[in-house]
Amino acid sequence: MKKRRNIFNIIVGALAIILVVVSAYFGFTIKGLNSGTQGSQWTSQNGVTQIKRRGYIRVAVFGDLPPYGWVNDQGQRVGYDVYLAHRIAKDLGVKIRFIQVNANNRVDTLNSNKADIVLANFTVTPERKEVVDFAKPYMKVSVGVVSPKSAPIKTAAELKGKKLIVTKGTTAENYFAQHDDVNLLKFDSKTQQFNAFKNGRGAALADDNSYLYAWVKNNPRYTVGIKSIGPKQFVSPAVKKGNESLLNWTNKEITKLNKEGFFIQDYNKELQPYFGKDIKPSDIVLTQGK
Amino acid sequence: MAHSGINILFAGNNFGRLMAGLWNSIWIAAVSLVIGLIVGTIFGVLRTSNSKILRLILRLYLEFFRIVPTVVLLYLVYYILPELFHINWSASWMAVLAFAMWVAAEFSDIVRGALQSVPESQREAGLALGLSKVQLFRYVLIPQAFKLELPAMINLATRVIKTTSLLLIISVMEVINVGQQIIEANNQQYPTGVFWVYGFIFILYFVLDYPLSAWAKSITNKQK
Repeated sequence: MKKRRNIFNIIVGALAIILVVVSAYFGFTIKGLNSGTQGSQWTSQNGVTQIKRRGYIRVAVFGDLPPYGWVNDQGQRVGYDVYLAHRIAKDLGVKIRFIQVNANNRVDTLNSNKADIVLANFTVTPERKEVVDFAKPYMKVSVGVVSPKSAPIKTAAELKGKKLIVTKGTTAENYFAQHDDVNLLKFDSKTQQFNAFKNGRGAALADDNSYLYAWVKNNPRYTVGIKSIGPKQFVSPAVKKGNESLLNWTNKEITKLNKEGFFIQDYNKELQPYFGKDIKPSDIVLTQGK
Repeated sequence: MAHSGINILFAGNNFGRLMAGLWNSIWIAAVSLVIGLIVGTIFGVLRTSNSKILRLILRLYLEFFRIVPTVVLLYLVYYILPELFHINWSASWMAVLAFAMWVAAEFSDIVRGALQSVPESQREAGLALGLSKVQLFRYVLIPQAFKLELPAMINLATRVIKTTSLLLIISVMEVINVGQQIIEANNQQYPTGVFWVYGFIFILYFVLDYPLSAWAKSITNKQK
């Protein structure tokens, strides 16, 4: 019994040594693939001239939110936000350094001077406006309602007296909570809400419309009957509060890109494969051209 | 196996990226352990000194790192320190700083305990031989204390390796962070991928930590 145990220990010990060696090999050979920390150095010199002088811009992006900011199987950062980030760096004439953030630390990353600009599906809200400076928006989102193709719901009036599935804490829940005639069925996570919906526990489900477009593409028995309901919200680049220089430059850049129709191009490359043919670029991007 | 999701571990560069992420965890843990153990030994020796003020300061240092959760510590070091002292380090080195300070605190207490449990007769014998204070620690107390503190030291090392999984909150590309990227990138196609990726990461941590833990146990058994 004791002997068998020793053999097990030796095997696991040998595996551990192999693991360290193998991971060191990959750690030194494909360092660039794990880009995300190289930009995280501190500096308070964030104006446009200083960025140009230092030769790189530090952009905070998501690493796990397809199709906006994510890392593909080749280890490259891609997505709607990342595509825009590359264009911004190109127009500034500097290199790009990504720093990966999650929803909770977008504001801190800016305020602690770890990044120059946040391009991470950052929805403009009055609360956030007090802590960061938002540039002009480059995307719009609003609440959408998805329902089965067999019993589609196309207007808000059709929801009366029916069960509507939402996730707690979302804009969808906020919006429909003000309507007494709709029965809300609330869940804690996206996975739960979609499972409940598929099991027929509600007549429809409400969430951010861009999220629903992507979901419907993989679930063809359902349709986004109401594409947009309630107030429109906008997604904008954000810079540190008081960074006028970069804010003004970004505003000019977005105006220029809008004229060019850049965001249609961005949509077609990054979002369209996720959203499918039913959705038009105009459902997501703002008015393009002139 | 087309739809099981296990293949996402090997699609593209995913395997290499997970390994590179693991390497980040390993070197950060190793460097902070080396720094932390050296500093911790010095602090531990100082904690047996006669100066009340010095002992109090070091005691406060230890209690601070014991009480503050590691997550909060990382947050403080990553977001507040650079602003205050204009430190221009990358996230990985800020992590090393935080971990090294934490290890030093924990280890100083282990060293103190070990030094105090070396029999008093040893210290007296050393003094009787005319050894200076430094010689007494260098040749008599520390070598004997080292044997006593070894199992606790190894257990501390396994804790540090496990705790590197928290580094994702300060944007270090360690193995959990890479794992999440892979899960989300493939979530639409392989919803069960999450099981395989976390299962794989579980095995990686187990393989690293189990031998250390077994080693600590066998040392303890021998000492009995």
